[in-house]
Amino acid sequence: MKLTRRHTLMMAFGSVVATMLPMRAFAALDDEVAAFTGGAEMGSEGITLIAPEIAENGNTVPIEVSAPGAEAIIVFAAGNPTPAVATFNFGPLAAAQSAATRIRLAGTQDVVAIARMPDGSFVEARQEVKVTIGGCGG
Amino acid sequence: MAENVKPRVRVPRDATAGEAIVIKTLISHTMESGQRKDGDGNTIPRSIINRFTCEFNGELVIDVTLEPAISTNPYFEFQATVPETGTFDFTWYDDDGDVYTDSKDITVG
Repeated sequence: MKLTRRHTLMMAFGSVVATMLPMRAFAALDDEVAAFTGGAEMGSEGITLIAPEIAENGNTVPIEVSAPGAEAIIVFAAGNPTPAVATFNFGPLAAAQSAATRIRLAGTQDVVAIARMPDGSFVEARQEVKVTIGGCGG
Repeated sequence: MAENVKPRVRVPRDATAGEAIVIKTLISHTMESGQRKDGDGNTIPRSIINRFTCEFNGELVIDVTLEPAISTNPYFEFQATVPETGTFDFTWYDDDGDVYTDSKDITVG
């Protein structure tokens, strides 16, 4: 393949896009958070997120969320290709507004849990999880 | 991937009225994220379970929306109130339209 001026320009452009990708991922998180909260202010009391400090395998990271009285809890992984992880909606027979599951993390990043309370307010908890082996393929 | 999907649910056999019980569910599923590539560099299409619900005698306990970031063989642990003798119904909804169900009876003594 002959290296033309056009190819050089395209390659340069490609590398710029590649370096911007992490920033785009964070913007996506902000958008998704806004879609859930409607841009409301978030408190930090009344929600617990239990996640390991260090996860050896990003393919299956155990997490637990708990927010007494919450209507719904949404979980995000800020550094994943798609930040949304899961939404838990609690019904009238849920004995406690808590749930545990296992998630994939692409790398070391913040895990964010946001709960919607019955009065329309939102509370947020976040924790950094260090990942040794990423869990989103490649 | 709709073959070899097997739900497993653990619910206590009996409880006292109004007791909070812990329910654990696991279903075997590859949860293909849509991010991985095969040997030829082609993206493997997304194929996941996108919703899970648990109901007791028709009343909702929990309704979970799953995204590709949920691990292979989705596992959930949560708590439910048991007001009376009845049945827990568990439903998983696959991307390909399949629905997997399981149910467990519980006796209030």
